[in-house]
Amino acid sequence: MAKVILVLGSDISTDIIYPGRYMATVLPSETPQYAFADLPIHKRLNAGEIPPGSVVVAGKNFGCGSSREQAASCLKGWELRVVAKGFARIFLQNAVNLGLHLVICPEIEAGEGDELEIAGEEVIDRSNGRRFAITPLPKARQAIIDAGGLIPYTRRLLLEEKG
Amino acid sequence: MGMTIVEKILARASGRTQVQIGEVVEPRVDLAMSHENAALVINQFHEIYQGTGLAARVWDPEKIAIIFDHRVPAESAKTATNQKKVREFVAQHGIHRFHDIRGDEGGICHQILPENGYVRPGMVVVGTDSHTTTHGALGAFAFGIGATEMASVWTLGRVLNVEVPGTIKVVVKGRLAPHVSAKDLVLALIGQIGAEGASFKVLEFHGEAIRTLPTSGRLTLCNMAVEAGATAGIVPADSETVRYLRQEAGVKEVLQLSIPDPDAAYDQIVELDAKVLHPQIAFPHKVDNVHPVEAAEGIAIQQIVIGSCTNGRLDDLEVVARILAGKKVARSVRMLIFPASFRIYTQALERGIIAELVRAGAVVMNPGCGPCLGVHQGALADGDRALATTNRNFKGRMGNPNAEVYLCSPEVAAASALKGVITDPRKL
Repeated sequence: MAKVILVLGSDISTDIIYPGRYMATVLPSETPQYAFADLPIHKRLNAGEIPPGSVVVAGKNFGCGSSREQAASCLKGWELRVVAKGFARIFLQNAVNLGLHLVICPEIEAGEGDELEIAGEEVIDRSNGRRFAITPLPKARQAIIDAGGLIPYTRRLLLEEKG
Repeated sequence: MGMTIVEKILARASGRTQVQIGEVVEPRVDLAMSHENAALVINQFHEIYQGTGLAARVWDPEKIAIIFDHRVPAESAKTATNQKKVREFVAQHGIHRFHDIRGDEGGICHQILPENGYVRPGMVVVGTDSHTTTHGALGAFAFGIGATEMASVWTLGRVLNVEVPGTIKVVVKGRLAPHVSAKDLVLALIGQIGAEGASFKVLEFHGEAIRTLPTSGRLTLCNMAVEAGATAGIVPADSETVRYLRQEAGVKEVLQLSIPDPDAAYDQIVELDAKVLHPQIAFPHKVDNVHPVEAAEGIAIQQIVIGSCTNGRLDDLEVVARILAGKKVARSVRMLIFPASFRIYTQALERGIIAELVRAGAVVMNPGCGPCLGVHQGALADGDRALATTNRNFKGRMGNPNAEVYLCSPEVAAASALKGVITDPRKL
């Protein structure tokens, strides 16, 4: 079970997730402080009020725009999960590469404060009993998730080929 | 079954004769581009080698390009230190396609790559920048990736786990009317198909309007393909591509022009008529919130920004100078112009374009990305409205979430600069 701490619409850009003015900061240990910097949730995250595993619910095309990896690393740093109707390609790849938990759920509707259960093939809103089917991530991404992210995945291939 | 251009490129780069949509391939990379975010790529690259006992070496220094453009000259000690770290890495690994902060070689990555002949038709190009789609203008399959994925490319020389994308064929018939440009065309397309209309797909451009468009316009077109969610945009290479590469980029090698098979399968065909197209405006805060300029006429603006990887090329500056010549930018407007590269800047100086712009009241800045994404100079005040020839108008994009950004062509921006309100250049 995980609480929905933020509900957003469609086409949420990486400028909303991690504004460009903080792009000089690149280290995953430093990016979380600027997550959603222009939204009220920003203060709550930095005040330590949001428990790890909490969920951001969004519409279609979440993470559109810039390829900045900070947009994925800042959310990963707070151990947030994102359940969205759909994700933009580069953001989805960055998230998978860094181990940020994404769930594609084309019909998802939930309110802030709802308790979600992310089961294998569906998301269940325990606050009202509604169920929403999960679309699996593209198969090419799953192999990277299974390896624990792109760094261990690449390292393994490197050792196989050059080790 | 026939193949689209991107299918042909992926087949070649993956050592296959044929590929199918959805199939997972690992294409070899011909060119891997990064900007300041190379600092993060370097961290991740070393992380990959951590504990392997192997010396960290990039797979091929000749195929890596690094261009400083996002925050130049450095706006902070942090950026300067990141840039220093990249400089040291580049020297250590023998990366020659490195464009530092210099007037004789610098500029925005998406102009530096084409003008130096680094991109050729048929290549696989990846870049740690979403606007890497730009390079499809030269018939390459070019797409944006994140920093960790680039570290993986630097290590292995190929992109892992690429699913062969489907292709949308965009056919633009007729020719663009006077005062209507490639920017208006791509804004109209994005408005029509939406911000995720081409998600995970390639936009392949055809038709008379594309064939008659110079490479500069094709770069604008493919640059913004990502704003429709596309993995890439691509224009089949033709005689204009060859002209550009030979005459402007100094390429001497034999070029392989690949074109799609006549029986290639497309996910969708989108048709547009260039003749009836008006100048277009993308209203805040989404790039697909597009309307003809008539819907925006009279909206007061406080800052005009002309330049960027989208519209900072010589013909863009030329058309702006022609409109401003002998006139003055409205007192209520700050007009900022940043050419896409120092080569363009120099050409504009030699032709008297820069003098014309400055005399009219514009501020000509050094080439770079800064104002477009609100990282360096040109920040907006609360309540400001900007009109920009850049590529994104997301909330907060120009450094202030309490400001608005409208997107347009250079001609609309120049006409509007004179009046202080959004103006249809056809009515000047």
